[in-house]
Amino acid sequence: MHRFANPARFLRLAAVVMPWTAGATVLLIAAGLFFGLVASPADYQQGDTVRIMYVHVPSAWMGLFVYTTMAVASATALIWKHPLADLVAKSAAPIGAGFTLVCLVTGALWGKPMWGTWWAWDARLTSMLILFFLYLGHMALVDAFDDPTRGARAAAILALAGFVNVPIIKFSVDWWNTLHQPASVVKMGGPAIDPSMLAPLLLMGVGFTTFFVTVLFLRVRAEILAAKIRAIRLTQVRGQGVG
Amino acid sequence: MTRKQRRLYFVVLGMLALGAATALVLTAFNDNLVYFHSPTELAEKGVPPERRVRIGGLVEKGSIQRDGQLVRFRVTDMVNAVPVTYNGILPDLFREEQGVVAEGKMGTDGVFVAADVLAKHDENYMPKEVSDALKASGHWQDGKEGGPKE
Repeated sequence: MHRFANPARFLRLAAVVMPWTAGATVLLIAAGLFFGLVASPADYQQGDTVRIMYVHVPSAWMGLFVYTTMAVASATALIWKHPLADLVAKSAAPIGAGFTLVCLVTGALWGKPMWGTWWAWDARLTSMLILFFLYLGHMALVDAFDDPTRGARAAAILALAGFVNVPIIKFSVDWWNTLHQPASVVKMGGPAIDPSMLAPLLLMGVGFTTFFVTVLFLRVRAEILAAKIRAIRLTQVRGQGVG
Repeated sequence: MTRKQRRLYFVVLGMLALGAATALVLTAFNDNLVYFHSPTELAEKGVPPERRVRIGGLVEKGSIQRDGQLVRFRVTDMVNAVPVTYNGILPDLFREEQGVVAEGKMGTDGVFVAADVLAKHDENYMPKEVSDALKASGHWQDGKEGGPKE
């Protein structure tokens, strides 16, 4: 971990990794969309509506995965004071919020034709909405202080406290009666989904992950450069003050 | 103990305390966190006639009667069943032995008057050929809890 906490080393790593993850994202999502929307069969119950799954489910996974990344980065920042960890948490939040919003919107579009409603206040949907608000709260809090380190600290505590919601989202469908059906892929006894439909779903899942890595690296790089510019401006201002 | 260790223990203890508090709250509010009640729960608890509730279960086989837009059916959890009337448009997935959630009020005559009916589907996804093959071979919904057996 300490090796990559150095911003200069991170920039060199990002320059090597980003072209590969960006290329993989294009290939995986193109393949996932082709197999999901064209080459996979319609569901025996839901017909072609099931194709919403290939966007909805990976977005939901990423909503949880990005939040977990953010919580780990926040813990690292609070405990070990790594200079990059705060930047990772700050950069991840808008990406996670985007995934969660896509999940909520596609879920509504899927819910209307299948369940007969856009929205239901069941445990799964409500906890997912709370996740979206946690992301928005993090984004607001991180910039709410004049001193960026205080903002990062407050946001890190919010990210850690909000992490209790992640297992609640995952297990909400098992702990309570919900309108949302139980897990199909990550469950005891193996996936309850036909291999011909699981393959495009996993392609999309990996594609969304490489997309996240690419955008996260881009955003962290931008944050490092912005910090450098701030430092340069500060020395310039000080120099003028003295002269 | 170094400052790093102290911060580590502080974060770990804080997360454990928060997790425990959340678990207690969720357990205490368990009854309010469920989206619907099964016919058995409804029979055990009893519901005041004016209270709006949701019941959920499977649409009992052979119980659907249509009279214009008025639909009568029974919601069952394989132990108890509740008769339901509903006047409106049903979702496409509404059919016999399919999961259903009805929101409305329990009438004094023991018939549930639904204001809204939602269809619930299970976590199984497969192409039609596979479901046909499973049904033909008699392995349809093998090992599924609470599901209808054929």
